[in-house]
Amino acid sequence: MKSVRVVAFAVALVAVSVAAAVAWLGTEAAYAQSAWRFGAVLVLSGDGAAYGNSQREGLELARDTINAAGGILGMPVEIIFEDSRGERTEAVNAVLKLINRDRVLAIIGPTYSPEMFAAGPVADRARTTIMGISTTAVGIGEIGDYVFRNSLPEEGVIPTTIRVSKEKLGYRTAALLYSNNNDFTKSAAETFERELRTNGVELVAIETFHDGDTDFRAQLTKVLQANPDVLVVSALYKEAALLLQQARQLGLDQPVVGGNGFNSPELYRLAGEAAEGAIVGSPWFPGRDDPLVQDFVARYQERYGRVPDQFAAQAYDGLMLFAEAARRSGNPTNRQAFRDALAQIRNFEGVTGVFSFDEHGNPMMDATILQLRGGEYVEFK
Amino acid sequence: MGARATTVWFQQLINGVSLGATYSLVALGYTLVFGTLGIINMAHGDIFMFGAFFGLVLVETGLLSAPAMLVAAAGGAAIMGLLLEYIALRPLRRRQAGHLTPLISTIGVGIFLRSLALQLFGPDSKSFPMALRGGSYRLGGAVVTQVDIVILTAGLLLMLGLWLLLSRTKLGKAMRATAENQATAALLGVNTEAIIAVTVMLAAALGGVAGALVGLSFAVSPTMGLPYGLKGLSIIVLGGMGNVPGAMLGGLILGFAEVITVQLLSSSWRDMAAFTLLFLLLVVKPDGLFGRAQQAGGRA
Repeated sequence: MKSVRVVAFAVALVAVSVAAAVAWLGTEAAYAQSAWRFGAVLVLSGDGAAYGNSQREGLELARDTINAAGGILGMPVEIIFEDSRGERTEAVNAVLKLINRDRVLAIIGPTYSPEMFAAGPVADRARTTIMGISTTAVGIGEIGDYVFRNSLPEEGVIPTTIRVSKEKLGYRTAALLYSNNNDFTKSAAETFERELRTNGVELVAIETFHDGDTDFRAQLTKVLQANPDVLVVSALYKEAALLLQQARQLGLDQPVVGGNGFNSPELYRLAGEAAEGAIVGSPWFPGRDDPLVQDFVARYQERYGRVPDQFAAQAYDGLMLFAEAARRSGNPTNRQAFRDALAQIRNFEGVTGVFSFDEHGNPMMDATILQLRGGEYVEFK
Repeated sequence: MGARATTVWFQQLINGVSLGATYSLVALGYTLVFGTLGIINMAHGDIFMFGAFFGLVLVETGLLSAPAMLVAAAGGAAIMGLLLEYIALRPLRRRQAGHLTPLISTIGVGIFLRSLALQLFGPDSKSFPMALRGGSYRLGGAVVTQVDIVILTAGLLLMLGLWLLLSRTKLGKAMRATAENQATAALLGVNTEAIIAVTVMLAAALGGVAGALVGLSFAVSPTMGLPYGLKGLSIIVLGGMGNVPGAMLGGLILGFAEVITVQLLSSSWRDMAAFTLLFLLLVVKPDGLFGRAQQAGGRA
């Protein structure tokens, strides 16, 4: 009767396993179903701590806003914060801990793109959604199905900058000036060139310089000769400021459209009047005439005593996007349903703008176009 | 189109002169130290940068005067020159160090000064108040700024002054004697140590004035000396090591070469074409435009 014994043993084994599994699932459900549990991997100490702490503030404000309104489907939102110190290995460890020990539904962060390139694949293999809120490098969403980001890279800002400024100013010819020994300004210049051509603008002059250059008059004199309708400049604020001064001095009084270097308040401090009227696209503008934005800015200011920066705003929108996905998926333990709900989000209204994901999980949204007027950035209308 | 093209070339001519004049100003200090000591002072670009900051700090106290600003820059830089001589050059000379040793020690001083400036003033660019920079003039369709005129005038005056000092004064004679042969000069009653200290201070003061003028024209930052330092060095090679008019002319040639490259070829070729031209000139005249073989420091 050996076979009977074996069968009995096997049945017992299966029964015990099933009981254990049920018990385990039961505790997990009881444990996790009481809250929407998310993880956040941020740079909270070291050089980038200022970024990470802005992000933490944005996330905490979003969490408390959601919970004060009764949570999501009657359950509160929890965030477990982990400090990556800006290091890839720390980010990977934090993501593993959040997924396996804390059993979070999904993860926000890490702060830096290189951290995401290390930690993103780890989360993706564990089939857990991870969403960058400040990672702007090319190829983040392409890491995997579970990897998203809501931070608009400069390349995503430029199409709006060109479309809107061309619409308002009606230019037909342009001169492109950029620093060609800097990866960021060069890649932005390539995007500018593509977008100008797509919009039917003729490039009558393309001039380059280097970071650290101070005298741009030779290039500007050539631009003067080409006589474009608009100057498009991709440079850090330092070179941009000197270039603008020399351009105005030489009598180039065309409107100027700039890349990300123009987003710095340092530009006006250094260039003064020469920067007046410059146009630049930005993923975040705290002065936008929108009740949603003004309400967020007011509450943030009341709680933290300063105007929220881009990091805080994108973090706030990040958790609000997670909340929307949670509401749609309805189950705080089903990571797959959460991922699918997040990927479906279209035209979500956040404080940084109207937001959709493309097929890779990268953001599609319009940047806000700003203009420098009297030393202040105002919406360009 | 014809009139327009002429204006463009006239403007580029002005651009070349004003760019070249800043290079010449930097090169004057280099060439003075090399001519007397046979040392290439790699900290010159950083003393140049500190000169700009000395001027800026004075102006920020509320004293909006260009001459006072230049005096502050020259004075502050001269003191730095004296420290350079006492800390980084004289001890090495006492120990009969080789030719490369002071080169390395001045590189060290340069790095130290740049880090110090970063600590003191932060990494951001700063600019002089608009009121001090003056306006610009229209000249037959082209634009020339007041600062450009000041830089060119200062360059020419300093060159003339330096040439007169070296060729017509007793101090200049002592400097030339020291350059020719230190031991002989000392035997003939020249206080060579004092002469060397004065020379290094004078060169630093020239660098300080150059820095303040370039800062006035553009912007001031801890790294502003780097490109000018390198270009100044190439210019004294081109002009003939230790030769004063050669430094002035060399600077103008480099300025023009850069501007013409941008106008005729492409701006991304700017430095490449300019330095290719320098190289070709040196192939034709290996000792530089005004160089004589034995003038290589008088020590070789």
